[in-house]
Amino acid sequence: MKELFYFLIYPGMAFAATMGGLLSWFDRKVTAWVQFRKGPPFLQPLYDFLKLLLVKETIVPAKGSITVFLIAPMLGLFGAIMSAVLILLPAMNISAGFSGDVIVIFYLLNIPPLAYIMGAMASGNPLAAVGASREIKLIISYELTFILALAAVIYKGGMSVGLVDIIAAQSGGAFIGSASGILLFLAVIFCLQAKLGLVPFDIAEAETEINHGSFIEYSGAPYAMIVLTKYIMLFTLPAFVAVLLLGGLSIEGIGIIYSILKILGVVILLTLIRNTNPRVKIHQAMRFFFVWMNLLVIAAIVLSFYGF
Amino acid sequence: MGLKEHVFKKSLWLFHFAGASCNNCDIELLDCLTPRYDVERFGMKLVGTIRHADVLLVNGSINKRDKDRLLEIYHQAPKPILTVAIGACGCSGGIFAEGYTNAGPVDELIPIDAFIPGCPPKPEAIIAGIVHLVNKKKSNNIKQNDKVLSNEDQ
Repeated sequence: MKELFYFLIYPGMAFAATMGGLLSWFDRKVTAWVQFRKGPPFLQPLYDFLKLLLVKETIVPAKGSITVFLIAPMLGLFGAIMSAVLILLPAMNISAGFSGDVIVIFYLLNIPPLAYIMGAMASGNPLAAVGASREIKLIISYELTFILALAAVIYKGGMSVGLVDIIAAQSGGAFIGSASGILLFLAVIFCLQAKLGLVPFDIAEAETEINHGSFIEYSGAPYAMIVLTKYIMLFTLPAFVAVLLLGGLSIEGIGIIYSILKILGVVILLTLIRNTNPRVKIHQAMRFFFVWMNLLVIAAIVLSFYGF
Repeated sequence: MGLKEHVFKKSLWLFHFAGASCNNCDIELLDCLTPRYDVERFGMKLVGTIRHADVLLVNGSINKRDKDRLLEIYHQAPKPILTVAIGACGCSGGIFAEGYTNAGPVDELIPIDAFIPGCPPKPEAIIAGIVHLVNKKKSNNIKQNDKVLSNEDQ
C-alpha cells in the first residue's frame, strides 16, 4: 500500500508531474524573458496536457506496429516515475533507499529514451526512424560520460553506491565546492541537456528539419503521456543533480527554500544554454561527449584522487 | 463552458501550410511569434507536424498540385481541427482566381472556421482573427468535419 502511495502520489507521479509542469512553465517563461516576450500563462503545461489527453483524437499509423506504438509511451512514463520515486525517496529523507540504487536509477533513466526509440521505430514513419537513429547515437555518446560522472561522485562519496551515503558524505559541504566537483557539474549539466532533448542536443526531435523526429506520428492521449514523461524528467534530472553534487534536498524548515533554489538554479542554467546555442550536428555532439566531456570527467576523477 | 473546450481554446498549436504563396503572408504569420506580438501569450505555438496541430493555417493560392497535398494534410490531422484561411489568395484566390492552375479558394476544398483577408494581413489582423476563432461557439469548435471532399471527388 505504501509503495503504491509512493509510486502514484507523493514522490511519484502526481508530485513529480506537478513539479515538472511548474518547471516547464518556468522554462518557457525564462525563454520568453530572454527573448523580450511575455510568455505563456501559468497553467499552460496543464492546458497542454489536458487538451492532448481529453480533446484530441488518437491516430494510429496504418503501416506501423500498433501495439508497440501505444505501449512505448506507457513504458517511458513508467521509467520516468520509477526513477523519480527512487531518487526522491532518499533525497527527501522519506525512506533510506537501498545499497546500489544509483545503478538502478542510471538504468531507469534510460527507459524513456529507449521507449521513444521503440515508439518511433514502430510508427513506420521515415522521419521518425531518422529521429530514432539520432536518439540512439545520442544515448551512446552521453551515457559513457554520465556513468563516469556517477563513478566520480561515488568515489568522492567514499566508494559507497547508495544515494543516502552520497548525501551523508556531503553533510560537511557539497561536492560542487571542490575543483573536481565543478568539472563534474559542467559535464553532468551537458548530459542533462542531451537527456532532456534540449536545444544544443535536440537533434533527435529537431522541429525544423525532421518535424519532431521520434514523436512525429504521436497525437492525442499517447502524446499526452510523452508530454507528461518530459515534465517528470524535467523535475527528476535536476533533483538527481542536486542530490549528487549540490548536497541533496531537504523539506524541513529553511531547507525547503534551498532545495527549491537548487532545482531552479539547475533549470535556469539548462534554459540559458538552450536559448543561447544553435543545434549541433550528430557528429559534433558525439565528438563533444566522447572527447571533451569524457576528458573533463577523467580530469575530475584524477583531481578527486589527489584530494581536490 | 466545459473543461474540454476551455483547455482546447487555451492551448492551440498551429501548423502552417503554405500553398503557392508569394511568402508575404508567411512572413506576417511568423511576425506573430516575434517579441512584439507574441502569440505564446495565448498558449499558441508553432508545431512541425500536423499530428500535433489544433489549427491548420492555410495561405497562398492553392493550385492543382497543392490541392492533393492540402487534402492529405487535412485528412491526417487529429480531430478536432480548426482551419484558418489567411490572405487574399487563401480567402478567395486573389489575383490568381482566374488562373488556369488555380484549384479554387480554400473553402471550396476544406471547411474553414475563420477567414483573415488582406494582402498580406497585418499581424494585428491575424491576432484579431485568432481571437475571433477562440471566441466562436462550441458547435463550430469541436465537431467532426464530414463535408470534406476526398481526393477523388474533383
